[in-house]
Amino acid sequence: MIEIQNVRKSFGPLEVLKGIDLTVDKGEVVSIIGGSGSGKSTLLTCINGLEPINSGSIRIDGVEVHAKSTNLDKLRRKVGIVFQQWNAFPHLTVIENVMLAPRKVLGLSKREAEEIAVKQLGHVGLADKLKVYPSRLSGGQQQRMAIARALAMSPEYMLFDEVTSALDPMLVGEVLDTLRMLASEGMTMICVTHEMKFAREVSDRVAFFHQGVMAEIAPPAELFDAPKRPETQKFLAATH
Amino acid sequence: MFGYTFRWNQALQALPQMLDGALVTLQVAILSMVIGLALAIMLTLFRRSDSRILRGFAVAWVEVARNTPALFQIYMAHFGLGNFGIHLSPFAALLAGIAFNNAGYLAENFRGALKAIPETQARAGRSLGMGSLQAFRLIVLPQMLRIAFLPMTNQMVWAILMTSLGVTVGMNTDLAGITQELNARSFRTFEFFAIAAVIYYLIAKAVTLGARLVARRLFRY
Repeated sequence: MIEIQNVRKSFGPLEVLKGIDLTVDKGEVVSIIGGSGSGKSTLLTCINGLEPINSGSIRIDGVEVHAKSTNLDKLRRKVGIVFQQWNAFPHLTVIENVMLAPRKVLGLSKREAEEIAVKQLGHVGLADKLKVYPSRLSGGQQQRMAIARALAMSPEYMLFDEVTSALDPMLVGEVLDTLRMLASEGMTMICVTHEMKFAREVSDRVAFFHQGVMAEIAPPAELFDAPKRPETQKFLAATH
Repeated sequence: MFGYTFRWNQALQALPQMLDGALVTLQVAILSMVIGLALAIMLTLFRRSDSRILRGFAVAWVEVARNTPALFQIYMAHFGLGNFGIHLSPFAALLAGIAFNNAGYLAENFRGALKAIPETQARAGRSLGMGSLQAFRLIVLPQMLRIAFLPMTNQMVWAILMTSLGVTVGMNTDLAGITQELNARSFRTFEFFAIAAVIYYLIAKAVTLGARLVARRLFRY
């Protein structure tokens, strides 16, 4: 379970998160929508401790993420994150990209890591690209590789930060299909996304962020068809 | 012309001796490169560290190494340290001087190379549970070394040529030292130095060509 309580975060004088409360249960899929600069991506990087917070608390399975005593490297093994920029490691082949962390972080043998990598790459539909360098892949394929790379650590939670925003429209579908598959397998996910149709389909709840505040959160049918807050109504009207 | 008669035979008889010297030259150059590379990686980490002292140390090293003559650096290692009671042999002083120089130039090359690697690469590593040093070693460093590979080859050639400065601190076993001694004994200056120059040229060329072959393997992606 991810418990976020009254989280505030500033970059210099700019407060990007103004007291966020959100609890995500095991197996739940929560999508976060909202305009640029609403703080949704920042929240994800705070959840796995890549960015410090100014106040409030984030707990993952009861462990305080931002406590000094917390071993973040260890905690991040169970919270995978995939970014808008997929960050393929260009000097490694696709299978080496996926094997690296299981080998060096989890200390698995080459054979074990290979087994996991082959399985996860097959899972995201890249079984025929194992020995290829990322530069030879399309954006969608690289993004799916990044998802496989995160999944290879057997995370219990997955954070997706606008994973389709940098993709050619033609390639968005294949990545969303991968996310749908994960959701249907029961993965706990928080997806920051601009794909409204996708958010409506896969999410248990959808949160609308506006200027650093979570303006509204509700099951998708409710949020999309009968938004209560005027900001939400305005945003949804503009994106349709 | 000019009343000088070439005596190539006499000079060529000394060729085996000179080739032995060339091996020593190559040895110093390779060692200086290995040590210089390790030091340059250390300086690069210092430059990225949170400590002002470490950052200042690295900057000072790079500044001195790049903006003072290599000859002075080798002199300092031999005679300068000698003043403080630290006596390095000509071999050690030459090696230390060139390694110091290499480290400075290579660290600067690495700085440029790092600019070509997005910050998000290390971040992606961290998000997979790697520590910051681990992410540097596994993700940033291999890319950095590849980007800086050609400048590194230049530095290697430069290191080979710099070894000839060893004669100034009494180095007499490398190619320059041996050539200098043969010259002192026979005064066939032109012949001996011409042969030595050809040998230096061939070593440098071999390094460049070898590097090109390695580069082909490195830059597969």
